[in-house]
Amino acid sequence: MAICERFGNDRTRLLDILLEVQAQFRFVGPSLMECIARQISTYRVEVEGMVSFYAFFSDTPRGQVVIRLCDDIIDRHAGTGEIARVFSRILGIGFGDTSPDGHFTLEYTPCIGMSDQAPAALLNERVVTCLTPERAEEIALGLMGGLNPGELELPEGDGNNLNPLIGSTVRNNIRLRGEVLLGEVPADAGLRKTLRRPPDQVMEDVERAGLLGLGGAGFPTGHKWRMAADTPAERRIVICNADEGEPGTFKDRVLLTERADLMIEGMTIAAYAIKADGGIIYLRGEYAYLRNYLEAVLQRRRDQGLLGAGADRLGGFDIRIQMGAGAYICGEESALISSCEGLRGEPKNRPPYPVESGYLGYPTIVGNVETFCCAARILDRGAAWFRSWGTKASPGTKLLSVSGDCERPGVYELPFGVSVRELLDLAGAPDAAAVQVGGASGQMINMSQFDRRICQEDLPTGGSVMVFSARRNILEIVEYFLDFFIEESCGYCTPCRVGNVFLKQRIGKIRQGLCQPEDLDYLRELGRTVAETSRCGLGHTSPNPVLSSIANFPLVYAALLKENRNGREASFNIQSALEESRHLAKRRSMIYDPTYDGD
Amino acid sequence: MAETFTFSLDGGKISAHPGQSIMEAADAAGVYIPRLCDTEGLKPQGSCRVCVVKMNGRTVAACTQPAKADSVVESETPEILGYRRDLVRMLFHEGNHLCPICEASGRCELQAMAYRLGITQSTKYPYLQPVRPVDASHPDIVLDTNRCILCGRCIRASRDIDGKNVFEYVGRGIHKKVGVNGDNLADTNVSIDDRAIHLDICPVGCIIQKGRGFFTPIGKRQFDLAPIGGEEKGHEE
Ligand SMILES: Cc1cc2nc3c(=O)[nH]c(=O)nc-3n(C[C@H](O)[C@H](O)[C@H](O)COP(=O)(O)O)c2cc1C
Ligand code: SF4
Ligand code: SF4
Ligand code: SF4
Ligand code: FES
Repeated sequence: MAICERFGNDRTRLLDILLEVQAQFRFVGPSLMECIARQISTYRVEVEGMVSFYAFFSDTPRGQVVIRLCDDIIDRHAGTGEIARVFSRILGIGFGDTSPDGHFTLEYTPCIGMSDQAPAALLNERVVTCLTPERAEEIALGLMGGLNPGELELPEGDGNNLNPLIGSTVRNNIRLRGEVLLGEVPADAGLRKTLRRPPDQVMEDVERAGLLGLGGAGFPTGHKWRMAADTPAERRIVICNADEGEPGTFKDRVLLTERADLMIEGMTIAAYAIKADGGIIYLRGEYAYLRNYLEAVLQRRRDQGLLGAGADRLGGFDIRIQMGAGAYICGEESALISSCEGLRGEPKNRPPYPVESGYLGYPTIVGNVETFCCAARILDRGAAWFRSWGTKASPGTKLLSVSGDCERPGVYELPFGVSVRELLDLAGAPDAAAVQVGGASGQMINMSQFDRRICQEDLPTGGSVMVFSARRNILEIVEYFLDFFIEESCGYCTPCRVGNVFLKQRIGKIRQGLCQPEDLDYLRELGRTVAETSRCGLGHTSPNPVLSSIANFPLVYAALLKENRNGREASFNIQSALEESRHLAKRRSMIYDPTYDGD
Repeated sequence: MAETFTFSLDGGKISAHPGQSIMEAADAAGVYIPRLCDTEGLKPQGSCRVCVVKMNGRTVAACTQPAKADSVVESETPEILGYRRDLVRMLFHEGNHLCPICEASGRCELQAMAYRLGITQSTKYPYLQPVRPVDASHPDIVLDTNRCILCGRCIRASRDIDGKNVFEYVGRGIHKKVGVNGDNLADTNVSIDDRAIHLDICPVGCIIQKGRGFFTPIGKRQFDLAPIGGEEKGHEE
């Protein structure tokens, strides 16, 4: 197969091979798996393991146009349901289905990074946003009439989205520009200064600036660089994590659009500091519309002698783009490395940590898009300048992605330490009743906590801030987040694979009014087991929406829980009495029986 | 090994050498830490999480966590027992387990672990009740993944010992399962003599040797004779 050859029949490029095979054949069935396996010297079941792991692959044929409607909670609140009905009606197929003529596939997808312009959808790689039933109808009719997604007339985006290489309807919605990232940024000023200094001093600057990773975990960046630099190795690798999958986060999308050079400059500085020769940008599949633009920026930088063979001061450091294929877990750094190696996107056992043994066994630093941008600015303006913003433990500014019930959703660059209330005022959210800080894996806070501050010392976030007014149903939101984690868990370890299903089942029961106050203990205990015993950050944090909503919205739960007044009466219902016999009869299952909605 | 160091496990002193996991060091010292996905002779993978312990207050998997000099490791505490019970219950409820009619009964590590941890009756969790087809295509071997605990022992044995890769994980999340390298088992090069098919590889009753069911009389089965992990305190729930 020519596709395999193009990647040198290299087993480690299996993700790229499958992306191309899927695009060309619209599926990867058993005979294609066999064919690929033979050519890259692996086993068919390993190829099947990949195909069945990533949401963008399918072992049965998909339509020429795959319509992925974002069903994130923000989009649902903005009217996804109605949009779904329009698509379904006009295309004549249900969700999860492919039309008999093979033209269309309709499906739902988790957050595609457009929460500030919801409801949104992907038509193959093309993004459509701000959908109304009317616009959805126009689009569906256009597609039915034979137009390619690229030929549809859509409103223009803003900023660099107008660049012909992007040509997208997406809006940046930059609401507030701070001085570090979204203000004026001179081209490659940080890199020029870097090249005049020894690598050690470059790392020292990043350390002294106190830069913490901005992807969510908040690990000190300078320290990470130092550890990779100190590991003896033939090669070292710099990876930029542009997988941005946390629901409600879209600030990396804006940086990729508006500050691509700065991000690559930061990666280049990191490569110089740790003596890396290989670089990867891991770009989430949903952002494929940015790929041509990013490739062009990389090529221009090669032509400028800032990357590749011509960059002799940088040991020939070059960067490739690795496209993702629809898996939130691939944002976790070790799963991301697995994915780059052509493996299922499962986290690796640690130790060894990526800084010791990462991509293909080489010491690797994985950093967030925003982190690399900040590093470049620090090298230009210095550690003290950077520390003049933010708090002691969280220096600098932070890009916050604000979405939900507010007048001005979008990206705000604010110093760390800003209070939730100040942010809500800027975004115009006078009737905010609950705010989810940090995405699905973050904390849900109530009105009395709006003076809490966004920073490492108080409320950390990778950027996601979702605002909910009092008319939203807190438990619907919690249940949605659990659905998200069930869908996105890699399934490697027991507590996350199974425990999240049980958490969701009980939240569902509470919503139906079938639970008692004791059920909160069940949720707390189960949540603790999942958080404590899971193998990676996904499972460590997936119970957060449950635990934080129980703590911060006790009345919401109380209103739905029945006191067990009289012995077992309140808990008795015919369903649970039948549970044991159903189990024996093997009939209904919440996982394997789609019409079944809980016990 | 040249240098050794020690750490404490539930108050006892254990010696270890660099690179050894907490589990290996404990095993060498004759101290049992409960486990399901880990077994002698296979590379540990750290997926069942039943071996969780606290090392200096942090929850880690004993089978994959390298032992650290002078660390304080807790294993048999009420908190950790609670986690282990929850995890074993999750595995019971994830699959279809009806021990009285299962041919692995009595040599099944999941069943034995439940006894050891004092889990006796059906529990608070819902049942997920998979309905996966049973693969009986092969003349000698049956694969029933409805009882699978995804320990990956068959996968590792086939890959690392037999050099065959008959088994591999497919799917993700709660839909993750064990797949085979072909349309079904008969379409693979598996053999009844493979290490992966050996009775001690699958800890439960998924990999069945045809015509060899219920060969050991009740009372003489592996865990009738001695509880899993050796004669030690059972735990009251
Ligand atoms: C489930 C999960 C998803 C994650 N997704 C992302 C992501 O999309 N982008 C990101 O930068 N970091 C993500 N992270 C954090 C990464 O593991 C890692 O900490 C980060 O990329 C390091 O970069 P930083 O130090 O610059 O933040 C995720 C972590 C987990 C556990
Ligand atoms: S915690 Fe979840 S995502 Fe992480 S390894 Fe376990 S199953 Fe996979
Ligand atoms: S596999 Fe083990 S736990 Fe499951 S039914 Fe059989 S004996 Fe019982
Ligand atoms: S089939 Fe048996 S050995 Fe293989 S993963 Fe499942 S439980 Fe483990
Ligand atoms: S034995 Fe350690 S995780 Fe399974």
